[in-house]
Amino acid sequence: MGSSCPEVSQPRPRTACRTGPRRPCRISGGIAAAGRPGARGETPGPSGGSVAVSPESPMDSRMDPAVSAVRLTVREAVHTLSSSEDGDRILSTLGSLKRYLGGAENPALPGEQEEFARMHFSALLRCLVGRLSPAWLELLPGGQLEAPWASFFLEGPADQAFLVLMESIEGMAGPSFRLMKMVQLLAQFLGAGRVAAVMESQCWQLAEPAFPLLQETLLAKLVGLPDHLGNRLQRENLAAFLPQNYFPLLGEELLRVLQAVVDSLRDGWDCSISFLSQVLGKACVHGRQKEILGVLVPQLMALTQGNCLWQRVCWRLVECVPDRAMEALLTGLVEAASGPEVLSRLLGNLVMKSKKARFVMTRKILFLQYRYSTPMLQSLLGYLAMDSQRRPLLVQALKELLETWGSSSAIRHAPLPQQRYVSKAVLICLANLREAELRDSRDELLASLMAGVKSRLDSSLPAVRRLGMIVAEVASARIHPEGPPLRFQYEDDELSRELLALVAAQPVADSPSEASPAVAPVAAEAPDRGSTEGGGVPAQAEGAGSDLDSDDDLVPYDMSGDQELKSSKAPAYLRDCVEALTSSEDWERWEAALQAVEGLIVRSPAATREVSVELAKVLLHLEEKTSVVGFEVLRQRALVAVVVTDPAPVAEYLTSQFYAINFSLRQRMDILDVLTLAAQELSRPGRLPKAAQVGSPSPASPSSSTEAPAWRVVVEERIRNKTRRFSQGSARRGPDAGPNEFSLVAGWFFFPLIQHFDRPLVTFDLLGEDQLVLGRLAHTLGAMMYLAVNTTVAVPMGKALLEFVWTLRFHGDAYVRQGLLSAVSAVLLSVPTARLLTDLPDELLEAGPWLADVAEQDSDEDCRVLAVKALLLLEKLKDTLLPLTPP
Amino acid sequence: MEKMTAPPPNMAASPLPPPDPCFVLRGAQSAVHALHFFGGAQGQVHPLLLSGSLSGLVHIWSLQTRRAVATLDGHGGQCVTWLQTLPQGRQLLSQGRDLKLCLWDLAEGRNTVVDSVPLESMGFCRSSILAGGQERWMLAMPGRGNDEVQILEMPSKTSVCTLKPEADAKPGMPMCLELWQADSSPRPLLLAGYEDGSVALWDVSERKVCSRVACHTEPVMGFDFDSQKARGVSGSAEKALAVWSLDEQQALQMCRTHELTNPGIADVKIRPDRKILATAGWDHRVRVFHWRTMKPLAVLSFHSATIHCVAFATDGLLAAGSGDQRISIWSLYPISTDSSTPLLGHTEGGEVGAHASA
Repeated sequence: MGSSCPEVSQPRPRTACRTGPRRPCRISGGIAAAGRPGARGETPGPSGGSVAVSPESPMDSRMDPAVSAVRLTVREAVHTLSSSEDGDRILSTLGSLKRYLGGAENPALPGEQEEFARMHFSALLRCLVGRLSPAWLELLPGGQLEAPWASFFLEGPADQAFLVLMESIEGMAGPSFRLMKMVQLLAQFLGAGRVAAVMESQCWQLAEPAFPLLQETLLAKLVGLPDHLGNRLQRENLAAFLPQNYFPLLGEELLRVLQAVVDSLRDGWDCSISFLSQVLGKACVHGRQKEILGVLVPQLMALTQGNCLWQRVCWRLVECVPDRAMEALLTGLVEAASGPEVLSRLLGNLVMKSKKARFVMTRKILFLQYRYSTPMLQSLLGYLAMDSQRRPLLVQALKELLETWGSSSAIRHAPLPQQRYVSKAVLICLANLREAELRDSRDELLASLMAGVKSRLDSSLPAVRRLGMIVAEVASARIHPEGPPLRFQYEDDELSRELLALVAAQPVADSPSEASPAVAPVAAEAPDRGSTEGGGVPAQAEGAGSDLDSDDDLVPYDMSGDQELKSSKAPAYLRDCVEALTSSEDWERWEAALQAVEGLIVRSPAATREVSVELAKVLLHLEEKTSVVGFEVLRQRALVAVVVTDPAPVAEYLTSQFYAINFSLRQRMDILDVLTLAAQELSRPGRLPKAAQVGSPSPASPSSSTEAPAWRVVVEERIRNKTRRFSQGSARRGPDAGPNEFSLVAGWFFFPLIQHFDRPLVTFDLLGEDQLVLGRLAHTLGAMMYLAVNTTVAVPMGKALLEFVWTLRFHGDAYVRQGLLSAVSAVLLSVPTARLLTDLPDELLEAGPWLADVAEQDSDEDCRVLAVKALLLLEKLKDTLLPLTPP
Repeated sequence: MEKMTAPPPNMAASPLPPPDPCFVLRGAQSAVHALHFFGGAQGQVHPLLLSGSLSGLVHIWSLQTRRAVATLDGHGGQCVTWLQTLPQGRQLLSQGRDLKLCLWDLAEGRNTVVDSVPLESMGFCRSSILAGGQERWMLAMPGRGNDEVQILEMPSKTSVCTLKPEADAKPGMPMCLELWQADSSPRPLLLAGYEDGSVALWDVSERKVCSRVACHTEPVMGFDFDSQKARGVSGSAEKALAVWSLDEQQALQMCRTHELTNPGIADVKIRPDRKILATAGWDHRVRVFHWRTMKPLAVLSFHSATIHCVAFATDGLLAAGSGDQRISIWSLYPISTDSSTPLLGHTEGGEVGAHASA
């Protein structure tokens, strides 16, 4: 990576790269450079260079006098502080101790300072905390004591100060003056940017195996600060400690430390950023990716742009994140990064180095989760595609994705959103891969693609089939471009457009350049045309008087609809129609007959009844011999009209044919559709009066028809004048009530259908692979049940239907289950409550747990929704039951 | 009768979809066989539309309210085949298949038959009048003999002459008639379309055929003549429109024929501004052509049965009456207001009062 770095004037990264891997958590700034100014604040580094903190034992022996001097001074001071009530004395003691923090006008020796920081600082701070009380602060007027007191916390070694602060805040019981003071001090600490100092202090402790315990504690306190303070302060919490404020601050502080790290590296100083990684990782594990990365990523994005050193620091930062935090960090990063380039800059070849990262990026995000947005997927897969080392991973991912996409078990059990997610991932992979790469593993890819297409097209859920078609079209064109293109007929919708756009977005170099010249002339032409038109209008207005130029304004309309009329061939009688449909070789006549048949049936019910079964047979067996527009619809409407006109015999015929041997699935499903539509038509309220009107069109003269309402208006007006109404309800009447015509014939429709479903034929096995028809049957039965509301036959129907549902309840196909669930709802809606309870109590009792189970665990969302609806109906039933039980 | 406005044609590259009717008049309750616009040119803002139906009723429609304002029943349940208003005196002439021509008085809300002329031909031939605004006017109607045309002077009902073709011509029955007068001479002329597909020009005062041209092989079902351009167009049962012209020597000449998709034209009308013409098709469609070039402009499909008649109003509205008992009103290619060309005399702009508002 160093070779691709644009920054040439920086010679060090090369060395650093070489030394990097030896010490996993350390970035080396190269050979020690002497004479670095002590600009690192409180952490003393007098010897500098690669040894940040000097080894202890020789130091101790050498500096013994200094050590004992410091110890003595501090002990005395602590004694004074803890016992004295004399303000001035305390102040002067504080002043004398201040020498050891450096920065005062008379600083102590560096050795003494170090000793003080190492051994005595925490104790002193604890003592200061212990003394804190209103009375103590009042020892000197005007708060003279407070500033020096606080300065020890704000200027001393930040890590110890932070720990003492946190410890004292946690240790104090209940709200008190001291607690509030400490909290304010902590807020001041945060505001002064001391968090950066805390973290920075951990970056220089290279040689020490350090104090793992200390680091661990620091880490926990740093990241857990909002939780700790929230718990302690409850409602009195300050805004600065709220997570939404604290974590962005932490992000900024992290960035400052990183900046310091980069600066020091540039100057040739080694440092370790493993602590920073841990902080980042832990914050992410705590679920604060958005807050912290929202600050970090945009800044890092800008800083890593063309800067190798920053890139290296950034990669290191991510690499050193502990494995358990890797997933949280990576998902956050993928979400926050605005594209594959950014991701690649921030992560480097992380997936090659860290197993965990590879697992997260190539398996977890792709296969185990599906909540991520499409842009995230695009940047993730784009990241894999950006480097030649990573591309094999992409190919591998595509193979596995396609396998999952095509696995019939996954199709059956994975929820639809996940299938959509995987499909998107497949398409994005395809868009990112080059043809050569695809060619290498073409056979494997094609095999899983074809298997997938087959099992997807077998599915009875339209959405699954659609996904299969779209992905198969695109994928086959990409994987096997020279082969014959795969084409499916599916309607364009939002999903297909979105999916196709994913592939279209692939970076093809030549297509935009080709497209742009094609676009330009059109754009140039349009104004031209406009101007000629604009010029033409005045000319016309001038010469409107003469005939010669006045005809240009007459622009023809579209006349493509002007075709030869075939109505002359349409038969006028139903028998002619049947004859034309069965035996005519004159296709125009055949088409005309097909178009006329529904009208003829409706117009002459008596004639229809004579030939109804024969007509139904003809229509059922009708094949689309010519490409008539809307053949299916015409045939279906004619069949529905026949059933409606003569329900019992035709329904009997159709239901018997449903289980007959020589029919295609299409015809069987047509039978179901026709029966449903006819049942709906028969049960439609208000059908009868309208039919009567059609039968005898009364040529009522306008005078009589206006007269009748006139007297009624007068009468109603009088009634209204003499009546006082107290309610505000509308006086409108509901639709006219009428008998449900379906009631008489519902049995003919329903029972023959439900009887034979478990007897497989050679050509037709409902319980086997013809599950699509089974699903349709379940839906049809449910619809008929629903339409049979308020009929006497509803109770036996409901009983039979619940039995049917019970035998099939664990069917593997989601479409079948949907049908069953809607059938249960239909039973609950149609059968009167009282009859449900007396006649079907066991069935309902059994259905309850099953519905609850489906509502909770089914993989199909529609199934879950339907089950919840059925459960609600069941609950309602129980509610009506409850008032009855107590007495 | 929802309002549907046809989009105005513009210079777009792709042709506009065929327009929908402006509105539809329902309630004739039988097939519509005759249409006539009435008023609307001078003074009166909203013209009326007269329609004659198979059941013998004449409906008067207000184009403002889009309702029938009156119904005239004078033909004893027999089909009304022709309607024409007179320029003076708010009078309506209706021809029915009960062998009667009725003259109605529509002034001041009256609707009574003031006079009637017995017809002696059972055919479908529509009559024609020539009225120049004077008290006396001329009426041409099919005569007693099979191939005769009778000319009457009205309102006295005196027979002027009978036009009978020469013995060897055998043109069959007259199918449609049009009386007109050239600007140059006061002699009345009669154009007649015959059963054998020919169109003949009669000089009424000399009772002889000036010229005759065979336009079709089937009976002429309808024609219209543009006297200013001396050009006419005729339709028949066959699959073509014929355009013919009249030269200075009063000789008819075939200009061209125009092929149609489906056979059968029941009526042809040229718009008063002579820009476009419309045909009533047996194929349920109204076809609109550019009159000068005979370029097809639009095919209006709305009706579900044979269209029997079309009519243009002076303001350019097009009405079509059909066997499906509906009358569709269309607005196409609006007439430019600054048109200086005189209008054809299809509609008489008499200020016919609000006779029917009562």
